[in-house]
Amino acid sequence: MMITLTVNGERVTRHVEPRRHLIDFLRLDLGLTGSHAGCEHGVCGACTVRVDGEIVRGCLVLAASLDGAEVTTIEGLTDSGEVADLQEAFVARNAAQCGFCTPGMVMAAADILRHHADADRAAIREHLSGNYCRCTGYQAIVDAVAATLSERAIHTPADAGRGDRTQEAGR
Amino acid sequence: MKWPALGYLRASSLDELWRALGDGAQILAGGQTLLATLAFRLSEPGTLVDITRIPELRGITVTGGVLRVGALTRHAELGRDALVARHAPLLTQAVPHIAHPAIRNRGTIGGSLAYADPAAELPACAVALNATLVLARAGGERRIKATEFFTGLLTTALEPGEIIAAVEFPLAGPSQRATILEVARRSGDYAMAGLAAVLDLGADGRIASPRLTFFGVGEGPVLAKNANAALEGRVLDAAAIAAAQAALEGDLDPPADLHGPPAMKRHLCRVLLGRALQSFTPATEQAA
Ligand SMILES: Cc1cc2nc3c(=O)[nH]c(=O)nc-3n(C[C@H](O)[C@H](O)[C@H](O)COP(=O)(O)OP(=O)(O)OC[C@H]3O[C@@H](n4cnc5c(N)ncnc54)[C@H](O)[C@@H]3O)c2cc1C
Ligand code: FES
Ligand code: FES
Repeated sequence: MMITLTVNGERVTRHVEPRRHLIDFLRLDLGLTGSHAGCEHGVCGACTVRVDGEIVRGCLVLAASLDGAEVTTIEGLTDSGEVADLQEAFVARNAAQCGFCTPGMVMAAADILRHHADADRAAIREHLSGNYCRCTGYQAIVDAVAATLSERAIHTPADAGRGDRTQEAGR
Repeated sequence: MKWPALGYLRASSLDELWRALGDGAQILAGGQTLLATLAFRLSEPGTLVDITRIPELRGITVTGGVLRVGALTRHAELGRDALVARHAPLLTQAVPHIAHPAIRNRGTIGGSLAYADPAAELPACAVALNATLVLARAGGERRIKATEFFTGLLTTALEPGEIIAAVEFPLAGPSQRATILEVARRSGDYAMAGLAAVLDLGADGRIASPRLTFFGVGEGPVLAKNANAALEGRVLDAAAIAAAQAALEGDLDPPADLHGPPAMKRHLCRVLLGRALQSFTPATEQAA
């Protein structure tokens, strides 16, 4: 069937088989290989992407169901600069080792930056609990998110409000 | 594993849905269980009928003295809804226990109740809160108590061609105490053992209408009849808690599963019961 949707700000129209999940659609049909397919049954979080502004498991969404939807992948998130500071913090703290989990981890962490600016370490861990990392032991990842949050808190006026896209903050 | 070949249809109204439901058609809501089972080839539906854009199945309202939650309400919506927090606070407390944020953004209450996983939170909450399910089919509707809806392991009273349209919860009164506690291996995992506890606590400290409901320890939600009877009318104190824990033995028949033997589950349930009731006692009497 034909679907038309917006991926990283661009309108795309494609024929998809109903059995295609969003991650295969992104990777195989659109060549956007930043989103990873790990377990393909909802457990590992490597496939985390945004659909209509909210993070989802890309492996548990039918591409065919996304006619009219807006999808953002790690490629789009990176290009927008929304999480440049977070990505720098990941590098600085060695929060990515093999990197397999990293795109999903950054998508999930970006959700914390957008919606839970006051998250403490426990809340960060809780929010990332659905994203598995087999390399880092998580400590460095939590460090990177916590550091980015506190940097942004320093650089963002208190009245900027939660959930804003504070692109310039913390740079 | 890749999914089997299948068809996909989106119904945009109930009328369209009734026409689409036929042989080999299966309802797709949030997909957070169904699509995972496709990956295991545990199910091979001919056609998935997507119900997520049917407006009649959406919305959270207070009407006719009940809180009505549309079947398509996603876990994340349930968790942040002000009407839910006010009238059925147990549900608000339950949401953070369900899976992870990305899954809560898509999974629905209707899907959770229809799938009836014995370790799932919302079926137990529906029983604990004495909810009524509104089931719809072509040409009609019927209502059924949650206690009668769950009929066994992953089985419900849903008949072919019938769907969950909404769930109705009685409004919590000021004397209601409710909590949900569970033990899981990792945050977001299905519970090894869990308890949705609801009761009324009078000004005199007496318990009325207790509905302790355990999950993860049976074929479906387990309403602890003996423990509840042991609590009815009693002042909530250490002796009442001990009596309920003793009575609980007769309520549980947990199967051994990959988490451990029945004895371990019984132990966890006793501990959860103690913690839940303790949390309802006045702060000054609480052990930390
Ligand atoms: C990794 C992971 C962890 C999870 N952890 C938990 C957890 O800890 N606790 C928990 O409770 N759940 C958990 N879940 C499941 C999640 O809550 C699901 O969202 C939920 O069980 C099913 O809802 P759904 O809307 O996704 O349903 P779907 O997957 O779309 O459907 C599930 C079943 O219900 C049927 N169905 C759906 N809607 C209706 C309806 N309105 N009427 C009749 N039949 C219907 C479908 O045909 C299908 O058979 C987890 C899932 C994953 C992938
Ligand atoms: S690939 Fe989607 S959760 Fe693992
Ligand atoms: S960096 Fe290797 S899995 Fe996370």
